[in-house]
Amino acid sequence: MCLGIPGRVVARLDDGLARIDVSGVRRDVSVAFTPEVEPGDWVLVHVGFALARIDEEEARATLALIDEALAAEELAS
Amino acid sequence: MRFVDEYRDGRAAHALAAELRSLVEPGRRVKLMEVCGGHTHAIYRHGLDALLPDEVELVHGPGCPVCVIPMGRVDDAISLAERPEVAFASFGDMLRVPGGRRRSLLEAKARGADVRTVYSPLDALAIAEREPEREVVFFGVGFETTAPATALTLLRARERDVRNFSVFSNHVLIGPALRAILDSPEVDIDGFVGPGHVSTVIGTRPYEFVCREYGRPVVVAGFEPNDILQAVAMLLRQLRAGRAEVENEYGRVVRAEGNPDALAALGEVFDVREDFEWRGLGAIPRSGLRLAEAFADWDAERRFPVPGARIEDPKACRCGDVLRGRAKPFECGVFGTACTPERPLGTCMVSSEGACAAYYAYGRHRRVEVPA
Amino acid sequence: MSDAVVTLADGAGGKASRKLVEGLFLEELRNPLLEPLGDAAIVGRNGTRLALTTDSYVVRPLRFPGGDIGELAVNGTVNDLAVSGAQPLALTAGFVIEEGFPLAELRGIARSMAGAALAAGVAVAAGDTKVVERGAADGLYVTTAGVGLLDLRAVLGFDRVRAGDRVLVSGGVAEHGIAVMLARGDLGLAVDVESDTAPLNGLTAALCALGTELRWMRDPTRGGLATTLNELATGAGLSVVLEEAAIPVREDVRGACELLGIDPLYVANEGKLVAVVSPEAADDALALLRGHPLGAGAALVGELREDSRPFVLARTPFGTRIVDMLVGDPLPRIC
Repeated sequence: MCLGIPGRVVARLDDGLARIDVSGVRRDVSVAFTPEVEPGDWVLVHVGFALARIDEEEARATLALIDEALAAEELAS
Repeated sequence: MRFVDEYRDGRAAHALAAELRSLVEPGRRVKLMEVCGGHTHAIYRHGLDALLPDEVELVHGPGCPVCVIPMGRVDDAISLAERPEVAFASFGDMLRVPGGRRRSLLEAKARGADVRTVYSPLDALAIAEREPEREVVFFGVGFETTAPATALTLLRARERDVRNFSVFSNHVLIGPALRAILDSPEVDIDGFVGPGHVSTVIGTRPYEFVCREYGRPVVVAGFEPNDILQAVAMLLRQLRAGRAEVENEYGRVVRAEGNPDALAALGEVFDVREDFEWRGLGAIPRSGLRLAEAFADWDAERRFPVPGARIEDPKACRCGDVLRGRAKPFECGVFGTACTPERPLGTCMVSSEGACAAYYAYGRHRRVEVPA
Repeated sequence: MSDAVVTLADGAGGKASRKLVEGLFLEELRNPLLEPLGDAAIVGRNGTRLALTTDSYVVRPLRFPGGDIGELAVNGTVNDLAVSGAQPLALTAGFVIEEGFPLAELRGIARSMAGAALAAGVAVAAGDTKVVERGAADGLYVTTAGVGLLDLRAVLGFDRVRAGDRVLVSGGVAEHGIAVMLARGDLGLAVDVESDTAPLNGLTAALCALGTELRWMRDPTRGGLATTLNELATGAGLSVVLEEAAIPVREDVRGACELLGIDPLYVANEGKLVAVVSPEAADDALALLRGHPLGAGAALVGELREDSRPFVLARTPFGTRIVDMLVGDPLPRIC
């Protein structure tokens, strides 16, 4: 329903903004809802707002679960 | 990590597909609704439906905020845009959506209305500050994902005392829509792929009623191909085990409690309307947001006359059935004929995220098989 | 609808544009030269075969990263001739100028036209200027026409395309459209993408060495690669099966498209070509393209296939999808 794109925080700016980078594209977005983010963090960007900080540990945990299916499949074949 | 490509691995996808096949009982059909239009779009965009076992049927839900705006509200938007003093700022998605008499904002623009495409509501506020002689009206659409952005923009407008800015709010809430679908007769949906990005704001708790009151499992999912396949696997596992719980596949951005700052902004700026009309679904109680009294000065509906006419959904169109999972897009008599993405008749065809539009663009001729 | 008006979607190069051209202009002006609706008409007399084309340029802003309206006008016209299998002989240029337009800027544009013409080895041989009242035009519009001599080594056309033929693209797609869209500034996105505007006649001359193994060429401008390939599918009566991962897209262009919810396959190019060649000639064609500076990023992206109805299909790592024609101007989406 709502386009959300992962971007990396490049710098914190004044006025509640941060500069983010999406594959080489820069945009200043509001971090009013993610005040804790720092340069290097990844955030989910929607309509010019960082809606959530992306949790790398959780991201890896999900990948590990997906990889379990891959391991099971390789075992079976 | 880029948090995108990692979840697009083809080998993992085929392994997940094999797992899905092992999780279904032959001949027993399972109907799952992906609530969110983003999931619908991703499924067709990547051709994921080919990886699902025959027993699993995906039903496309109401989670496209553009599609659910009723025609009367689009006409209201056009009437605001046509006021000579108004610069009407909108997300690009809304421009092609037809109102009554099939006229859209894009056509209003062609006839001379000052319609601006913006990427963010903050950009609309910036226009108001840059052009103090114009009355900038922002077309607020979207679920709880987008509404906080509008809310924060209004807080900003008040803080900076920007008086030539207002919002025409059509923000809607996902929970009441889900309940409306579950309450409609003959609903045979076995489980829900829960919306991912709306959940970054509201968290996972608001879906608990689906499990508790209706006995259906919900798995909140991300938007990459393997997120969606994994969520379907999690739903099938719940169904096999006879469980109905809210699970979260999208832990990298969704927390159980959501985003407290965004929720606080929503609460401060908006009130819940008594009821709001949804295209295809009719009026749903307490499903829409209007500006709170404290923001009356920034409320386009209070500052300008809006016609507020109610326009019936076209009779020939079966969008209501499609949205409730009772009909597939191609089972509608006007699909692809009187109703196409160029001249959409019903809600499901108006945005590329609508079930019919996605089906039309990507899945229309799925029987065409490509040899490996 | 008798009160229907022209909307911007009618000019975006997708389905709506096609409807306007076929339903109005072709209907009123129908003749055998116009009927194929190619990039250029082929006019022949006494054994000489000429390609004839015209185009208008209404880009905003007039200057954008990687070029300006003048360069775009020359290259666009050269390219329409080039992909028709012709080497350009001469161009004309008409200027509709809004009263008050700065002379220095006009000179800059004329100068960049001269530079582009030099690069393409063609002359702007005739011109016309009209000045209109302030507000009657958005700065400057340029209309060009071009005439070229057909390269008789190659015989191009939809009717030459066969099932099994291969589809090549000369480089990364969507660069022009993204560069211009972001140069307008209202989306607040900053990116180092430049328009790919360039003359393609060098590349097409190289491909013409393939003789009859070269079947068809087109430059995927408005409406992007997807629209051009849909025209190919319809024209040839064959499906185009793409390998999605093989389609070259720069990383930052892809990023901008993701942020805006736009599919790069629908975004305009001004210096890329699509070529269809026989399967036997595919490797040679790729080598010819990659041997030219403008084709360094060339890729083999798909093939033609017999089908019950012609479609453009994209194979993904997961399945396949239909790549439909563009409905209207690509608009930034939130959802």
